[in-house]
Amino acid sequence: MTTYNDFVIRFANVNGSGSASANGMFAKALFRMGVPIATRNIFPSNIEGLPTWFEVRVSEDRHHGRREGVDLMVAMNAETYAEDVASVVPGGFLLYDNSKGLDRRLFRPDITEIGIPIAKLLLPEFADPKQRKLFKNIVYLGALSALINIDFEVITGMVSTQYRGKDELIAPNIHALEIGRGYAREYLDCPLPIQLRRTSALGDSIMIDGNAAAALGAIYGGATICAWYPITPSTSMAEAFEKHAGQLRTETETGQRKFAVLQAEDELSAIGIVIGAGWNGARAFTATSGPGLSLMSEFLGLAYFAEIPAVLFDIQRAGPSTGMPTRTQQGDVLLAAYASHGDTKHPLMFPSSPKECFDFAADAMDLADRLQTPVIVLSDLEVGMNDNLSEPLTWDDSRRYDRGKVLSREDLDAIEEFGRYVDVDGDGIGYRTLPGTHPTKGAFFTRGTSRDAYARYTEAPEAYTENMDRLLVKWRTAASLVPAPEISGHGHRAGIVFYGSTAMPMGEAMQRLADEGVQLDAMRIRGFPFSQEVTEFLHRHEFVFLVEQNRDAQMKTLLVNETGVDAAKIVPVLYYGGMSISADTIQASVLDHYEKMRLPRLWAVGRGTRGGTPRMQTAIGRGSPGGDSVA
Amino acid sequence: MTFVAKPRVHHPLLPTNEIGLTRRDYEGLVSTLCAGCGHDSVSAAIVQACAELAIPPHQFAKVSGIGCSSKTPSYFLGNSHGFNSVHGRMPSVATGANLANRELYCIGVSGDGDSASIGIGQFAHIVRRRINMLYIVDNNGTYGLTKGQFSATNDKGSTSKKGVPNLYEPIDLVSMALQIGASFVARSFSGDKAQLVPLIKAGLLHRGFAFIDVISPCVAFNNHNGSTKSYDYLRTHAASVVTADFIAAGEEITADYAPGEAETVRMPDGSRLRLRKLDGSYDPHNRAHALEHVLEAQQEGEVVTGLLYVDPDASDCHEILDTVETPLNALGEAELCPGSEALDRINASFR
Repeated sequence: MTTYNDFVIRFANVNGSGSASANGMFAKALFRMGVPIATRNIFPSNIEGLPTWFEVRVSEDRHHGRREGVDLMVAMNAETYAEDVASVVPGGFLLYDNSKGLDRRLFRPDITEIGIPIAKLLLPEFADPKQRKLFKNIVYLGALSALINIDFEVITGMVSTQYRGKDELIAPNIHALEIGRGYAREYLDCPLPIQLRRTSALGDSIMIDGNAAAALGAIYGGATICAWYPITPSTSMAEAFEKHAGQLRTETETGQRKFAVLQAEDELSAIGIVIGAGWNGARAFTATSGPGLSLMSEFLGLAYFAEIPAVLFDIQRAGPSTGMPTRTQQGDVLLAAYASHGDTKHPLMFPSSPKECFDFAADAMDLADRLQTPVIVLSDLEVGMNDNLSEPLTWDDSRRYDRGKVLSREDLDAIEEFGRYVDVDGDGIGYRTLPGTHPTKGAFFTRGTSRDAYARYTEAPEAYTENMDRLLVKWRTAASLVPAPEISGHGHRAGIVFYGSTAMPMGEAMQRLADEGVQLDAMRIRGFPFSQEVTEFLHRHEFVFLVEQNRDAQMKTLLVNETGVDAAKIVPVLYYGGMSISADTIQASVLDHYEKMRLPRLWAVGRGTRGGTPRMQTAIGRGSPGGDSVA
Repeated sequence: MTFVAKPRVHHPLLPTNEIGLTRRDYEGLVSTLCAGCGHDSVSAAIVQACAELAIPPHQFAKVSGIGCSSKTPSYFLGNSHGFNSVHGRMPSVATGANLANRELYCIGVSGDGDSASIGIGQFAHIVRRRINMLYIVDNNGTYGLTKGQFSATNDKGSTSKKGVPNLYEPIDLVSMALQIGASFVARSFSGDKAQLVPLIKAGLLHRGFAFIDVISPCVAFNNHNGSTKSYDYLRTHAASVVTADFIAAGEEITADYAPGEAETVRMPDGSRLRLRKLDGSYDPHNRAHALEHVLEAQQEGEVVTGLLYVDPDASDCHEILDTVETPLNALGEAELCPGSEALDRINASFR
């Protein structure tokens, strides 16, 4: 039976072999055919010679999360051959270079082998060994065009665009494509039963990684200063900011730039630069990952206490310590929420898609200025570094930046008395002034030491306590300003809670669970401090699953600590192996809990098929859901 | 006592500067440092220099780290914004502040613990970045606030108050600054106001990174016999090589100098610096030569003071980054936000 636009293809390559470009073309070709895809780079912390994989989830149902199992494996790395063969699902396909023949011990009778003598085909065609190596990737791309029906014109068109200006490379690339395509059509059964077809499902979607989207959001949000220190997987955000700002913020006549990017000596300095700039009224941000956030903690406490706007993007990776620098995780939630010594907490934003990376980046600039405090956007490698389908980025031209409570010279002239930390409006946020505003009014001394409402140094207990309490008033204001949770479904006894990139497989997981008779209300947390809606969702459900990608159920700790919800109500569903969490894992963990606790389900018509609707509900059981981890 | 405002009473005959302000307008709060602390002399020199330059006080931004030195921005320029940040991290805060608004005069005050130990990395890198600022280290060789531990600038063999010698090699921030590319490097002594005030003025007007290491004795913990950072030691071992006389724009040069002894350096604002070489062979425009001289003197136990190196044509970080003339913090939506049409084109490039 032929299926269309519904499979997982994985390319196993050696890093540094030029495969990224061919694989990128593969993904782009599918996108241009209107086929919904999600891509994942599974790469080592290495420059050249180690195994790397590129996975594309093709799903007309627009399931963007990861799914376990590979339907079509393009096995081009001898070193990982055994595990690559093993990862193919029964009934799946294995494409490999049979110039040297396959180790028969790896033979699997339940999958179809597709051998193409790639090296042999290239030998008579290209004299240069380096070219032969690079074109291996192009040959399998050509073969795939025949095997799974990629529009050949789309690929050749892309080659022409990609090498514009280096025209001498176009013809040989197209020749290599034709070698692969020709061989497949002549000697192989084409097309395979898993194949592609054009759709118009994508509309005006774009394909972009979260880091590039966040960088654009920072530009649109008015960030003028980016200070950073290279660290995977955040580096591409700072680089994208520099690239796009270079194009969008350079004065045509003078060539002068309306932004500054500084690669600092370390993360301590990067956040210090951001805070210095924020103090002086420029919108500034840094992009980092877990180890950088650890280093920045001291400064974050200063900015919290001295009340200085700053924006920090933490593109999370697998910790602790150096951990797995090229693998994804949501392990910085608690560190980010409470970074620094003393009573400190920071507003957080959790983007789930590239579009949200863009939106939150711009919003974070406003939020930091409004709240006069550091705002941390918690993205991760999964959403940050992988090219993903996204709605187009949008900007409302009537939008005005919210620079928060900053007094101008005229404002200062008009007021009788200036007190930097006086809570004039009752929202816990004082009025600030920028250096150089007024010759005689509004100057104050910013410090990490205790001070009174007029910014005068003091160690008086009342003044200190009053200030700390005002910061709590501000914290409550923040709860109404961070992005509200996204809640779907209503009236089910159990809920499922998730955030950030964990949202990607969630639609598919919930559909599968519904097919299994498990219907859940869903809440995607998008901001911290938690709003009343978050607390209410937890309270109105008998129990909730909390899906996240870390070992210690950090969001559970945060929810229990901040909302006072009974810890036993929250059932963690955890995955922290460094790949992104899959719909399969979520499904299995939730069902496992239902089995273990003997919880009743809704029995659906056509159980196990997609789209089945529930007909009747069993009696509601009395078993306590308990709170133990199921993952 | 946590905060002491100065009484706002002016002597009726207090002289005013070109913009009608008196010295008092450049002062800050009453210092809470120990009586006789060298740092207070540095603050007083800053007050005098800024008043004489007749720059409106609110056009300064003061930044500091942590320590006795870093408290001092409270004690000068009370009408300027100040930022007492975290230990050793003033350079990054100053960098951000300067990137945000290139028009402010930025004064950073740090100490030897702040700049030569915990913040040595930040010190080195702000020099490299050529941030346009005056960076002053109040160098007393000791940790005062924590009661007298040696700092990294303390000379080997110099003793603590209890007579225990320092066993480790000293870090010399002047040599470091010279080596990493500072375009204005000076050393002075808090007790030599005649030398220090013109250096501060010149450092403020210098475009690029100006560094002054001011040996500033700690009367509580490092002013005894056996210390190489005491008033007595400095008075007997400090040797000035180049004295800088500051001559404001439009002012005439009146003093006579023997030929070859003096040189005029133009500052970006039209003022001039009259360099008087006390050692005829010394060349303050030769970085390698300056470094060699400093190191040689150090071996002899001498403290070389004065304007040791200056590059009057230096560039600053904004020139390196090629930023617009308008301060980045003054740009609004119209200049910063590319708008929805540009975003449509960006979207198209991702299809």
